[in-house]
Order: sequence, then C-alpha cells, then structure tokens
Amino acid sequence: MKRRHLLASASLALGLALGGSAFAQGMDKVKACFVYVGPIGDGGWTYQHHQGALAVQEKYGDKVEIQYQESVPEGADAERVLTQMALGGCNIIFTTSFGYMDATNAVAAKFPDVKFEHATGFKRDHANVSTYNARFYEGRAVQGTIAGMMTKSNKIGYIGSFPIPEVMNGINAYYLAAKKVNPDVQVSVVWAFTWFDPAKEADAAKALIDQGVDVIAAHTDSTAPLAEAAKAGGAVIGFGQASDMEAYKPSPRVSSIIDNWAPYYVERIGALLDGTYEQKDVWAGIAGGEVLIGEITEAVPAEVKAAAEKVRDDIAAGTLHPFTGPIKKQDGSDWLAEGATAPDGDLLGMDFFVEGITAELPK
Amino acid sequence: MDFGGINPVILIAGLMATSVPILLAALGEAVVERSGVLNLGVEGMMIVGALGGFVVAVHTGSPFAGFLGGAVAGAALSLIFAALTQVFLANQVATGLALTLFGLGLSSLGGQGYNGIKPPHTVGLLPDALAKIPVAGPILFGHDWVVYFSILMTAATWYVLKFTRVGLIIRAVGENHDAAHALGYKVNRIRLLCIMFGGAMAGIGGAYISLVRVPQWVDGITAGAGWIALAIVVFASWRPWRVLAGAWLFGGISVLQLNLQAAGSAIPVEYLSMAPYLLTIVVLVIMSSGRGKASMGAPASLGQNFHAAR
Repeated sequence: MKRRHLLASASLALGLALGGSAFAQGMDKVKACFVYVGPIGDGGWTYQHHQGALAVQEKYGDKVEIQYQESVPEGADAERVLTQMALGGCNIIFTTSFGYMDATNAVAAKFPDVKFEHATGFKRDHANVSTYNARFYEGRAVQGTIAGMMTKSNKIGYIGSFPIPEVMNGINAYYLAAKKVNPDVQVSVVWAFTWFDPAKEADAAKALIDQGVDVIAAHTDSTAPLAEAAKAGGAVIGFGQASDMEAYKPSPRVSSIIDNWAPYYVERIGALLDGTYEQKDVWAGIAGGEVLIGEITEAVPAEVKAAAEKVRDDIAAGTLHPFTGPIKKQDGSDWLAEGATAPDGDLLGMDFFVEGITAELPK
Repeated sequence: MDFGGINPVILIAGLMATSVPILLAALGEAVVERSGVLNLGVEGMMIVGALGGFVVAVHTGSPFAGFLGGAVAGAALSLIFAALTQVFLANQVATGLALTLFGLGLSSLGGQGYNGIKPPHTVGLLPDALAKIPVAGPILFGHDWVVYFSILMTAATWYVLKFTRVGLIIRAVGENHDAAHALGYKVNRIRLLCIMFGGAMAGIGGAYISLVRVPQWVDGITAGAGWIALAIVVFASWRPWRVLAGAWLFGGISVLQLNLQAAGSAIPVEYLSMAPYLLTIVVLVIMSSGRGKASMGAPASLGQNFHAAR
C-alpha cells in the first residue's frame, strides 16, 4: 500500500516535472494540503483558512482532495510535517503562518515539483514557492478610527502576538488612525508571544482593562480577548480578528477584520487544474476583497460608524493610504515626508513603532 | 499606591484567580505522585474537564453543575490511565503522554458545535459590598467561589496527607509499595482512587479555564497549563502549601509581565516570561544536589508499577 502510494506520487511528480518544465499542462486531480498553526475551531485565523479550504472543496468537488494538519508548531516540527505531506502526494501545500517561512523554503528546495504557498511571508527562494498576504493594516485603520472616537479614557490597547512586520503594521496603522481623530489617544501594547493561547490572551486583555484601556484590538487568533471585554458589561469594546466573531455582537465586538482567503485558494487550485499556475506574490487588501470589514454594530454612534465607513471606502478606492506622511519613527527620525505613502518594502520589513507610541519594542 | 504604574492590589487579586487552574491540577497530581504514580496526562484530563464542564454548564445553565461535570469528565478520563497502568501494568510515562494526546483529540471532537457559545456566569461568592473595601476587599473578598475552593483544597490536601490515616496509607503506598502490600493494603486500588482524585482536580481546573478565565470553548483551550502544573508539583517537592506558593508564583509572574507591558514599563518581558521555568530548574538543581532523590522528597516508588504476584 505504502509502496504503491509512493510510486503513484513519484509518477505524478514525474508527470508534473515533464509537463511543467516545457509547457504548462493541467491536472485531472489535485491534492491540496494545508498546514495550520492552531486548531480549526479557534474561531479566528485558522478557522478562516479552513473556510477557504472548504470553499475549494465545494468548488471543485471530486477534482480536489483536501488534507490538513492542525496545531503544527512553528519550527522543526513544521519541516517534518511539510516533508510528510510532500511525500504523501500533495501537489500544493499552503503553509498558513508567518513562522513557517524558513521551513517552507527548506522543504520546497527538496520537492521542486510540489507547489508551496506561504501566507504572510516574504521569502521566495525557489521557483515553486509563492507567497500571499492580506493588507490587514487597512482594516486596522478602520478599527483605529472607531477606537479613537469611542475611547473615554483615551487609552486604547493592542494585544500583539509577535513583533513581526505584519503585527507592527497593525499597531502603527491602528494608532495613527486613532490619533487622527483623537490627538490625546495613547496606545498600550501587550505582547502575548503566542498566536493561540486563550487563557493568556484573556489575561492580556484583563491586564489592559486593569490599566484603564477601554478599546482592545487583538492580533492573536482566539475570541478570548472579546470574552474578557464582555465581562466589563459594555464599558470595554473590541474587534473581531481574522474572523467575524459575530457571537460577540453587538458589543463588545463592534466591528471586525475578516480574512477572506477563499477566492485566492479557489483561484490558485483552479490554476493548477487548468495548467496556468505561476509563481506569485499576492498582497491584496480591502480593494481586492481579501480583507473584509465586518458589520459595524449599533453599539457605535452613527457619526463614528460613518467616519469608519468613510475610511474603509477611501482605502478601497485608493484615495487614502493608512500610512501617509508626515510620519516619524518612535526615535524621532524621519520616515515618510509630507504626503508620501509607505512603500510596500517598508511595510513588509517594518520593525519600528511610529512616533507617539510609548511602548518598548521587544528585541 | 502604584509601583511602576501597577496597582499591587489588582495584581495580587489577579494572580489568585489566574493560578486557580494550575493550582487545582497540581494539587491533584501531587496526591497522585505521593501514591507512587506518575501521570503525565494532566493536560489531557484538564482539557477534557474544560469541555465536560463547559457542556454541562451550558446545558444545565448552572456553573456549579459545570464544575461537577468537569470533575467527572477528568476522573473518567483518568480511569483509562488507571486501567492501563494499574491493571495492565503499562509504562506510566508512555501512558500519561498518550492520555494527553487522546484528551486533546477527544475534546476537539466533542467540542464541535460548542464554539462561540457563552457559558453561564460564575458569580462572586461574597456580597459586592465586601469587595469594595479598599485593599483587602479585592484580594480577600472579591473572588468567585472556585478561588476559595482551591485554597480550601490546599489546606485539606495538606491535612489529609499529613495528619490522617488515609494520608499515611497513601504515602506508604508511594514510598514502598511492597511493604504496604505486605501490611495488607490494596496498593492498586488505593492508587486507582488517587488517580481518580487527580483526574477530578485536573478536570475542575480545566473547567475553570473554560467557564471563568476565558468563558468560552475553543479547541486547545488549556494551551499547556497541564505541563506547568506538572512542573509545579516537582517545584513544590510534593507538598501542598508549596504547591500553592508555586502556583501563585507562576501565575503571579505571568500576570505581572502582562501588566508591566500594559503599563508601558521598560523591563524586558522575555526575562519575566522565562523566570518561572528558570526557577524550576534552579530549584531542581538545588534539591537534587545534596542527598539525591530522597532530599527532593520524591516518593520512592514514583513511576513504578506494582503487581501483587511479584
């Protein structure tokens, strides 16, 4: 059984190599594999990726076989899982967390005929590695607008996972948007150093609330921060992260960022099926439909809602960039000149706070 | 009264609540290990308890019934461990690890359909007026009943192990199961009961996470708390009051580092985050130097299976 399986995958790989090298050729059946950093029941990040996988299954039916593994740690384990998947006949493997970046590229080097798709990373060391990402910071600008207008204590909070560029973009965009509508606003940042640990996320939210924060944005994967905010009985609001988290409507969840991966997954696997697959680097935002802003609930006054929706629509139309100069870095050095917008390269490598944020950045 | 932007009263009140799950689980495990059984399945029993407690609480609408359900679920899972190690004499380390993996998978399966539901609220035990007393109020009177229960259980465990005949028997079984057997004690039966107690305590600890700390069900909700509980048992050299101190220390440091961050303190959080684990290593080194295993207070028969025919 095992040998036959191996032979089958080897012949498949051979066919791919022959077909792929000279001219693109479609496939009859694709085995698409997904590596998740948390459980699919997290109600946030991984849940949303899995919804994308399910959408692929629905769209192509018998022509795709979906395989996934949950709660794969970032690090050496990821490489083992990826190797197993590649050996197990996966044609395309989606690695859905930043921390899988090096593992993805290392395994991709060994399996040139398997397509690798890494979410939120920037390394494409081999021809079979593509990256895809969403401009989450655009959604953060919408949340920051709500936060700045809604806060009564002028203290807003942000639960960070790890100090990586994606999260730095989020914090900075959130703060800048809040400051634009409320010059007195201060942001408190708490690093959880985990993507998924509901108890710790709840503790982080509690620590922020204890410090007088009344608007909390979370950049971790579970709904725990919202559950903690709910205990405050309406005095603290927050946002759905990665998924809509509609169970916490209308308050504390007053809006949300929804990661919409399904169209991308459907497109990429479709391309593999009909032979038009190419290496890509995709980074779409609100305009591309990859970042959706969840319904702004009635817990928010109408003028706040209107302001937030204007930010959303302006970003979608391309008339507003969340990072528009003049912006200085935290240490006072210049980053963006008057009217300049942040180049993508700066955003993808962002490792600094903007001026006005008092929190220390962990080294 | 603030130190570096942090109110110590809120901090202490916070750490007492944060430590409850690891405290309960570690107390249970301390008794299990005192009886000579090493059950590494704490994490598995906690998460099954977290799910069991959540499901029962949601369906009955009563948090108290939920905690009872968590205890029953944790004890039920521990029965598998007991059957394998006490009846079939399987290796305890391997069985314990398997129990954790099994518990994580089982809870993930059983938890389907419970995402996004809010459990009934666990109310404070004492009237709000008491909790409003400055300083002493939040620390002494502001908690839900499970916090008091965890401290009560520490005292009870200590008393039973130290002063009662039952405690003496448990310790005898853990120190020298052959001698205990020769005296006519049913070693495996006593151990089975201890394992069930450990499972029930881990289950209540887990239920506290899903019913009070996070108040919701998500897969993998315990996120390693069971392993910390195991470390605390060793850290505490198997003594209940030291378990309490260890749990508060671990919980306290985790609360403190989050509060320091929220207050914008410049102390690097990485050092605080790793402090409990460093401390465990240091304590282990200090305790295990000197007179060896006995000076650490480890039960002499820890991890060894017993068969009466031998």
